[in-house]
Amino acid sequence: MSDKEALFSKKNIGLLTNPLNSDNPITVQVLGICSALAVTAQLKPAIVMAISVTAVLAFANVIISLLRNTIPNRIRIIVQLVVIAALVILVDQVLKAFVYDVSKQLSVFVGLIITNCILMGRLEAFALGNKPWPSLLDGIGNGAGYGMILVIIGFFRELLGSGSLFGYKLIPESWYIANGGFYSNNGMMILPPMALITVGVIIWVQRSKNRKLIED
Amino acid sequence: MKAIKNFFEKTQPHVQKGAKFHWLHSTHDALFTLFFVPKNTSKSGTHIHDFIDLKRTMGIVVLALVPALLFGMYNVGYQHFGALGQLETASFFDLFLFGLLKVLPIIVVSYVVGLGIEFIFAQFRGHEVNEGFLVSGLLIPMVMPVNTPLWMIAIAVAFAVIFGKEVFGGTGMNIWNPALVARAFLFFAYPGQMSGDSVWISASGIDKAVDGFTGATPMALAAAGHTDALNTWNAFLGLIPGSIGETSTIAILIGALVLIVTGIGSWRIMVSTVLGGLFMGLLLNIFAGDNSYMALPFYDHLIIGGFAFGAIFMATDPVSAAQTVKGKWIYGFLIGLLAILIRVVNPAYPEGMMLAILLMNTFAPLIDHYVVEGNISRRMKRAKVNV
Repeated sequence: MSDKEALFSKKNIGLLTNPLNSDNPITVQVLGICSALAVTAQLKPAIVMAISVTAVLAFANVIISLLRNTIPNRIRIIVQLVVIAALVILVDQVLKAFVYDVSKQLSVFVGLIITNCILMGRLEAFALGNKPWPSLLDGIGNGAGYGMILVIIGFFRELLGSGSLFGYKLIPESWYIANGGFYSNNGMMILPPMALITVGVIIWVQRSKNRKLIED
Repeated sequence: MKAIKNFFEKTQPHVQKGAKFHWLHSTHDALFTLFFVPKNTSKSGTHIHDFIDLKRTMGIVVLALVPALLFGMYNVGYQHFGALGQLETASFFDLFLFGLLKVLPIIVVSYVVGLGIEFIFAQFRGHEVNEGFLVSGLLIPMVMPVNTPLWMIAIAVAFAVIFGKEVFGGTGMNIWNPALVARAFLFFAYPGQMSGDSVWISASGIDKAVDGFTGATPMALAAAGHTDALNTWNAFLGLIPGSIGETSTIAILIGALVLIVTGIGSWRIMVSTVLGGLFMGLLLNIFAGDNSYMALPFYDHLIIGGFAFGAIFMATDPVSAAQTVKGKWIYGFLIGLLAILIRVVNPAYPEGMMLAILLMNTFAPLIDHYVVEGNISRRMKRAKVNV
């Protein structure tokens, strides 16, 4: 590989855009499912979570990529964990300082970013073998791919489960059965099982559009 | 009949491969074979067929459901007029007609939505339309409270057909009983419309109800400690509030008879489910102490709630039940046992039958696996001795 590769060569753009579709961390690599089910009952925490993971992933990728030639192979996992944990604590502090209520809502799941499989997966699979710039793009791309799915799930779950988006009521109060109407929120959308089914539907839709993803 | 037959035969060439309306062939085929026994003969492989195909099997199950359904309609009217205190003045036909008008829309919605989705999937995938939904489409209304809004029924049916059946590959491939998937979906999604005291009796004009009227099912009363309120004879006949088709044990028994005589429902599963329920009821009776619900006579558990309906029509679903003989005994016994256990011990789930059957549906393949494995290893041992 030549040193003079353009910053936004085709390959580098691919690092950024592939995770959005054919290499999506959730729907194709099936990583990070746990947090996708846990934080998507409402749209706002889903978005905050998406941004947090993207930030941690991008920085962790760059740092590990910079250190990749000095990390002894046998203790690389623990080094990766130290880097991720440090970044997660930073993110946690920032959330507590600026969006306290959302940070409350996300509770342990911010801390659990450390165990998010996407992070370890990308560090192991990409950052350890690539230069900082592609690693940064890969981190942002995968974070965005993860965040995109989170936002889609969060949108449907909040809309159908609570009748609102970002906390604003969209369904008129008079529609509800309690007020003499006919409508009722779908309580199952708030529960994690329905999030899993939503992920399943997204995977279904994606694979029927992109037939290459169907394995035998 | 002649005219119908002529119509289908005349349209036949138009849906053949390469013809203009070929894309409609699965719909054509489905309707044709619904009316007439297909005259196609085997071209290869097995040449001897049973005269009963899937469509006739489903027809008999529907027939077995009819007594419970008719009684359910009558009971809807009976409960409604009973709540208004007008039972003396209302005639039998008033009661039945009231129930009919309440239940019929639910059945229509269930069939239209369910069959609609099945036909669409069949067209897109180029399958034949399968007949499994003929039974599910009737089972679903029968396990719903009469007050369930129609749009909820439609959503539940769509969910059950798509996620209970089509994602696994359609009729015969489903892990769970589709009708129970529909009910479980509503139960968790809209608990306000699926449980409590106000959903079991048709609501119109209910504010004029007689004094002392509650609308609670005998099971809810028993759970609240009023076990003495249970009238065993009424519960056996089915004159109690409950889901549309589940109340009358006697009508369900008639259905059971039909299923057993025609060999379509497995009597092993029915018997073992009842045995499991009795066993658990007895066990709870022994350890009841001060808990009046646990002390409820074990035989009463069989006639309240959905136990009988589930044991006869739901647990015996040939697709989702265990397939081996020994497996059927284990499967049924555990359903009965778990149903009573959930019903009595877990106050969050007033009726355990649905969850027990769904749980055992999940484990049925595992049970079968170990029954088959056990059989193989036993025969292997015997083979070694003889060598």
